Amino acid sequence: MAAEAEATTHDAGAPAPLKTPLHARHVTLGARMVPFAGYDMPVQYPMGILTEHNWTREKAGLFDVSHMGQAFLIGPDHETTAKALEALIPADILNLAPGKQRYSQLLNEEGGILDDLMVTRSADPDEDGALYLVVNAACKEADYAHIEPRLPPNVKLIRAEHRGLIALQGPGAEAALAAIAPDAAEMGFMTSRTMKVAGIKANVSRSGYTGEDGYEISAAATKIGEIWDTLLLDANVKPIGLGARDSLRLEAGLCLYGHDIDTTTSPVEAALNWSIQKRRREEGGFPGAARIQREFAEGTSRIRVGLKPEGRAPAREGTEIATPEGEVIGTVTSGGFGPTLNGPCAMGYVAKAHSAPGTQLNLIVRGKPLPAVVATMPFVPNGYKR
Amino acid sequence: MAETRYTKDHEYIRIEGDTGTVGISDYAQGQLGDVVFVELPAVGKALTKGGEAAVVESVKAASEVYAPISGEVVEVNGELEATPGTVNEDPAGKGWFLKIKIADAAELEGLMNEAEYQNYVKTL
Repeated sequence: MAAEAEATTHDAGAPAPLKTPLHARHVTLGARMVPFAGYDMPVQYPMGILTEHNWTREKAGLFDVSHMGQAFLIGPDHETTAKALEALIPADILNLAPGKQRYSQLLNEEGGILDDLMVTRSADPDEDGALYLVVNAACKEADYAHIEPRLPPNVKLIRAEHRGLIALQGPGAEAALAAIAPDAAEMGFMTSRTMKVAGIKANVSRSGYTGEDGYEISAAATKIGEIWDTLLLDANVKPIGLGARDSLRLEAGLCLYGHDIDTTTSPVEAALNWSIQKRRREEGGFPGAARIQREFAEGTSRIRVGLKPEGRAPAREGTEIATPEGEVIGTVTSGGFGPTLNGPCAMGYVAKAHSAPGTQLNLIVRGKPLPAVVATMPFVPNGYKR
Repeated sequence: MAETRYTKDHEYIRIEGDTGTVGISDYAQGQLGDVVFVELPAVGKALTKGGEAAVVESVKAASEVYAPISGEVVEVNGELEATPGTVNEDPAGKGWFLKIKIADAAELEGLMNEAEYQNYVKTL
């Protein structure tokens, strides 16, 4: 037996993997640790990926996402900082209200995606001019190297390397967090506040990447472990690894950077139009605007779609997508088994002519065509708190 | 008593007369995690020692299961289609993959016995 994917051995000669502030806790909890984006991370705990996935959908899952990059953009006022960031991303940040959060993409000059990120405007009037960014672990050094030289002199990028980040996700997240941070219950989806969590000062946002209601909690690296431990005292909260994080976000139809989006894909091809607000579409003024505005007007030749195989066999990343007549018209970029769906699901890019929901296609798995249908995403209804 | 032999790739073959029942070891199922799909060969297919016999998929990844010896597939475990998790629950019993007609008994000699395999797993 031999696994085709999943590197579990550490390259000799590569630098020693980094550890998050919660690393020792993962080991104590019995996690299987794997190298991921330069960090030694828990892929699963003894409960196993399937059970961890279902637990998150039914109760509340606790994730260590401290490997992700947290940073602040600090300028003299909101307008200055927002405009500095708008020169690099296509989202409307100028009109982002205090305490609100938006998903966006860092773009290159060709309109390709360098990384995807969350942007939050501080709710605190005393912090007017501060934006909080969360970027992908694997991209963070390149992102910072890209952002810093492109900022005006009065806007600074401050890396928040002294902070840890955890995500509490699932229908039980609100009750679990409200028990130790009552203000959390009042928060709306994609909003952020500073509050005490188990007595510790933390930035809490009502967001996540599982398709469930939930929160992300950022606190000092020296204190994040106390919040983690306190949340795990709740019988409804269990630690969840990267394996279930991946199956949860796949069912939710959310992109994984480096797989579903990268420098060769534009936000329009990636079906992320919703993340580019009207003012930016009209005014442009972001990298690759000419291409992206043209794509809004004329469409793209290929687009990211959901795919639902008809049988039980998962179609993994790299699987060719073909018409029933055998013409190859795309490639799967993420695919696997959806535990909540209780079946396989995938996403990938197909030629526009074959992208309508309900279109019959074949996925070429181990040389054999498996019937699949273009499906709307998310595959599993989301549970966001609107 | 039926004897079980193992490959370094964690397939087992339980020898019963001139047929062998093939599956994956308890160690292998633990490494894979939750099995969600098993692709089995057609009955009658001729397998070659070390060649692909089946595919087992966990939530995370697909893995090939290799034939421990050469021979023709005489039966497959169709139950795994509906309940692939049986591979995790009872790998040596109800979680078997296929039965093979032993073409050359000498090929079994190169495989590890129970004690040798358990020692091998301890070194991993």
